[in-house]
Amino acid sequence: MIDTVRLTAEEGLALVERGEVSAGELHRAYLDAIADRNPELHAYLRVVEEPEGTSIPIALKDVILTRGVETTAGSKILEGYLPIYDATVTRRCKDAGLTLLGKTNTDEFAMGSSTENSAYGPTHNPWDPTRVPGGSGGGSAAAVTAGLAPWALGSDTGGSIKQPSALCGNVGLRPTYGTVSRYGVVAFASSLDQVGPVARTVRDCALLYRIISGRDTCDSTTVDVPEVVLPDGESLEGVRIGVPKEMNEADGIEPGVSEAVRRAIDLAAELGAEVGECELPRSVDYGLACYYLVAPAEASSNLARYDGVRYGLRAGGESYDEMVEGTRDAGFGDEPKRRIMLGAYALSAGYYDAYYGQAQKVRTVIAREHAAAFERFDVLVSPTSPTVAFPLGAKTQDPLAMYLSDLLTIPSCMAGLPGLNVPVGLSEGLPVGLQVIGPQFAENTLFRVGHALERAIGFDVVPERLR
Amino acid sequence: MAIDREQVLHVARLARLDLTEEEVERFSQQLGAILEAVSKVAELELDDVPPTSHPLDVVNVWREDEPRPSWPLEEVFGGAPEVEDEMFRVPPTAAVQDA
Repeated sequence: MIDTVRLTAEEGLALVERGEVSAGELHRAYLDAIADRNPELHAYLRVVEEPEGTSIPIALKDVILTRGVETTAGSKILEGYLPIYDATVTRRCKDAGLTLLGKTNTDEFAMGSSTENSAYGPTHNPWDPTRVPGGSGGGSAAAVTAGLAPWALGSDTGGSIKQPSALCGNVGLRPTYGTVSRYGVVAFASSLDQVGPVARTVRDCALLYRIISGRDTCDSTTVDVPEVVLPDGESLEGVRIGVPKEMNEADGIEPGVSEAVRRAIDLAAELGAEVGECELPRSVDYGLACYYLVAPAEASSNLARYDGVRYGLRAGGESYDEMVEGTRDAGFGDEPKRRIMLGAYALSAGYYDAYYGQAQKVRTVIAREHAAAFERFDVLVSPTSPTVAFPLGAKTQDPLAMYLSDLLTIPSCMAGLPGLNVPVGLSEGLPVGLQVIGPQFAENTLFRVGHALERAIGFDVVPERLR
Repeated sequence: MAIDREQVLHVARLARLDLTEEEVERFSQQLGAILEAVSKVAELELDDVPPTSHPLDVVNVWREDEPRPSWPLEEVFGGAPEVEDEMFRVPPTAAVQDA
């Protein structure tokens, strides 16, 4: 009997390698767990019954194209869409022998922080189903935490991997921009989008990052990636950890979150790290505004392709214009509409310099502030999310309140930096995540710090109600 | 910061969205609040700061221009709402109607 709630990917790989369990048996065990718990959680939009592969299974966020398996990006405008090719990350998972378990729920076009913007209904948090799992990758995060997949892929534009991992209490990596191919990934904001792993341990996260990362001729923004080193050991001797004041004292950070993060930082010092305070004054103050100009501007351009001509939904209409406008109004939900309009506004004649142009300059300021901090520190740490998982419906009427969920994940995304979420404790019975941010291509350092903390803290990633 | 009805309709037109009356009303309020929040970027004096459009310091990337097979047409058209003679069929464009 395989206990999918406890099994790590590493353990699963060893079982398959030793021939103690077949890929098919493992796949079936997860399908059984999905049949059991997905009706409550709605982490998956669809599952794949017949495994193809020789290794352990994986779940993919529904923005990642899978040949012949419906891919909707959580939107009605892509309902029924069957991709004719695999994304490069899908291909790499298949080449590694991984079997595709299914496609996980996401805010529509990965726009959101709670998965409530999915056109197919929200995902629920495995720790407390009355609460959100975070977003946009709430489906992948909930699936991993609930034992419905050993690991999964998400995509992150302003926090869509790290924030759900924090709210669901697992490990999520947003890799350095350019390390993982975006080919075949439904585009939201191309200068920010990155695919990354969600897992139960830091080592699993590193193993999956090893599989998916590397240069791809189909994505000219990809680069060569340093060899991935699996972390081992608890010592943080020689690691300099910076604690940005503004990111740890920002308005809206819950006391329970601050407390758990503070304890983890103290523990890092006990493990040998050199801990010091630093500042990112404008990154936190202006990061959110910068992001909500740059990302919608890019989204308004990327989402222009959904016109009812080549695939997906088509509305009726006497003329081409009527058909296109009707298709887009019927197919997009509120959040994509808001962002497309916001982006079109920020890019329109007379407003471009004041909004989009200025935001791009702020982006430079944010990158420079981080670069200055990395002259003194190897990594920076802060809470990943200002709050623990919030109740479903709490922020759906107020887009700005929802946007604040990503206050602390956004600045490093603007600078193209990697970030790792590690669960560090509970507040009010719900997981708290610490984010570890590094300079570009410092994934190995993030894994080292994350692994050391994970071992020293001994956080049980299985929700109490599933133990 | 307010965004009036005309502006919402203008942006919706740019974005090719045929909004309902109820949507125009709702989005006017929400976009106004969001625009007010993002206008914060104007507070900074950044005349001497260059813009960032891409997070990595990379230059153009080239590859050999080698012929490769295209997608099979039946697969490409397989998901299309309407196809005719290996072409995507759409309703008449405005230009044709005017002619």
